[in-house]
Amino acid sequence: MYRKIMVPVDLAHLDVIEPALKTVADLARHYDAEVCYVGVTATTPGSVARTPEEYQQKLETFAQQRSQVHGQPVSTHLITDPDPIADLDDLLIEAIDAVGADLVVMPTHPPQHLDVLVPSHGGTVATHTDVSVFLVRPAKQ
Amino acid sequence: MEKHSRDEGAAAASQPSEGIPAPEGPANLIDTDYVIGQDNITISPLGINLDLHGKVFTFSSLVILFFVIITLALQDQVEPIFNAMFSFLTGNLAWFFLLAANIFVVLSIVLIFTPLAKVRIGGMHAKPDFSYLGWFSMLFAAGMGIGLMFYGVSEPITHFDTALGGVAAENGARTDWAPLGAALGDEEGAISLGMAATIFHWGLHPWGIYAVVALALALFSYNKGLPLTMRSIFYPILGERVWGWPGHVIDILAVFATLFGLATSLGLGATQATAGLGYLFGVPATNTTMVLLIMGITAVALVSVVLGVDKGVKRLSQLNMVMAFLLLAFVIAVGPTLMIITGFFENLLSYAVNLPALSNPFGREDANFTQGWTAFYWAWWIAWSPFVGMFIARVSRGRTVREFLIAVLLVPSVVSVLWMTSFGGTAIDQAINQGFEGVREAALELQLFEMLGQLPLTAITSFVAIVLVMVFFITSSDSGSLVIDSITAGGKVDAPKPQRVFWAIIEGAIAIALLLGGGLTALQTAVITTGLPFTLVLLAACYAIVKGLMSEPRA
Repeated sequence: MYRKIMVPVDLAHLDVIEPALKTVADLARHYDAEVCYVGVTATTPGSVARTPEEYQQKLETFAQQRSQVHGQPVSTHLITDPDPIADLDDLLIEAIDAVGADLVVMPTHPPQHLDVLVPSHGGTVATHTDVSVFLVRPAKQ
Repeated sequence: MEKHSRDEGAAAASQPSEGIPAPEGPANLIDTDYVIGQDNITISPLGINLDLHGKVFTFSSLVILFFVIITLALQDQVEPIFNAMFSFLTGNLAWFFLLAANIFVVLSIVLIFTPLAKVRIGGMHAKPDFSYLGWFSMLFAAGMGIGLMFYGVSEPITHFDTALGGVAAENGARTDWAPLGAALGDEEGAISLGMAATIFHWGLHPWGIYAVVALALALFSYNKGLPLTMRSIFYPILGERVWGWPGHVIDILAVFATLFGLATSLGLGATQATAGLGYLFGVPATNTTMVLLIMGITAVALVSVVLGVDKGVKRLSQLNMVMAFLLLAFVIAVGPTLMIITGFFENLLSYAVNLPALSNPFGREDANFTQGWTAFYWAWWIAWSPFVGMFIARVSRGRTVREFLIAVLLVPSVVSVLWMTSFGGTAIDQAINQGFEGVREAALELQLFEMLGQLPLTAITSFVAIVLVMVFFITSSDSGSLVIDSITAGGKVDAPKPQRVFWAIIEGAIAIALLLGGGLTALQTAVITTGLPFTLVLLAACYAIVKGLMSEPRA
């Protein structure tokens, strides 16, 4: 049913996205789908990498590790942007078409009052794309 | 300072995989164990995620709070101290400011013609993040937009008047404010000298100051892999110590200068916009009007800062450029067109002829002019340079050093010459050829509107001018918030959005507090006082630029 699953990942907060990664592994095996891990980074040096190339390498390494876990083919897609925190939603929506994904799996936080001011990225992406979006909540404590 | 080539990394990254951008090409990273954000604290009060540099954020917030309270509570005691400090600095150290600014200009110009100018910011194959127009609009709007509105008419006419008045002396010391040797009773000479002096303050020197800070930051961030904060410039001098207290102090100073520079300018802009609204619509120039204006400006800046660099700051800056261009074109068209066009070249020539004398730091006769105008301006530009420089650096990735210097130094200087010639020239023409004394007699913040009042379509142009003042302020405020947020987040540009919102609100709040408390003048003086330590920072930046560029691969 799904051929290519897009997974936005934040390499700085891998612990937070763990539940989403597990879900992706199961879905990918079930549908025998390819998984595309998408990273978004600023062009300035950051906590994960000091250059976009270094970030790309880390993303690639990460994808290969995940491939060991679920055994499905993987690919990566790196987006660099001068102001990622502001442009994230638009960048991810564009990436869905760019990588040709038919399912997006992404981590998100539970609904909260603050969403009125700072809407969740997952919610915004889901309302602006034709493909299916699977939002994964953090694990219950 | 160990370096390793990035070639291997680039080769590894270019393995075929979907969507990988082309490798950015060789550049020399500085090898450091420092991880950006390692000193940051991440907390989530009330569900709001924060990611801040513990020491820089805490100390700069405390220092700011302390200063605002002191200047408001002990205004009468504090103001003389600031004033004394300021006269000491401009009086005794004017030569230092003048000399330093000359060094920055000379370095920037010389670099354009050396092979070092082939280095590309962000690595040999980096692609620019913004188009020429978007890039130029942003750096110009952040750099001096508001000043051109405020001083575009008033400075040329002031220098013209003082020059025309000739030299006055008492006890062997000059008491007049005329530049150089003045031009007693010689109208042509006074125009020429007045315009040269104005252009001197708005031309190569301010942009040379910005260029040095911006280039050093861009180089050490994009090519050397250090965080985008002021301290990174000091890496060639301090080494690993920049990650400790010496670095914290530099960053705290930068936050301080940026925030108070913005807040005082916000006060200045509110004064001019209120004056304009009073002139045009009869809105009373009360504190209430100004407070409402600052709140309005801050609200728009908030929206823009949340939308980010590309969708917020860039769009506003471009809107600004279009409006400023229309206003400029209008003044040229309906003002003394021929005089402006010939004046542009005459003023440029006069600037070139008078530049050596005006920029000479030693043995000057015109003490009032060099200390009260030039040294004041240089300290002011330098105090603004961390903010403007860091913002320019952030949007300049992918440009070569040559492109960068031409766009940051030469193009804005020429635009400034044209702007000053048009606005100042029109006002001078009104004064000497049409016998209109309105501009000369008006208060500083009203002179622009008095000049526009003598041209057709006054209602429309004045309105455009008021909007322009406000939008220029919004662009300064939002880019300033981005800069402060990045410094207080240890160089991270992807810290959570609420932090930007926090700084934008703080800027507005400080501006209101100081405007109502009357501490704006005292603080303006305090900001300029920070110009002195920053002059040293800039001199260090010159050394860092040369050293950093020498170790970069060139195309």
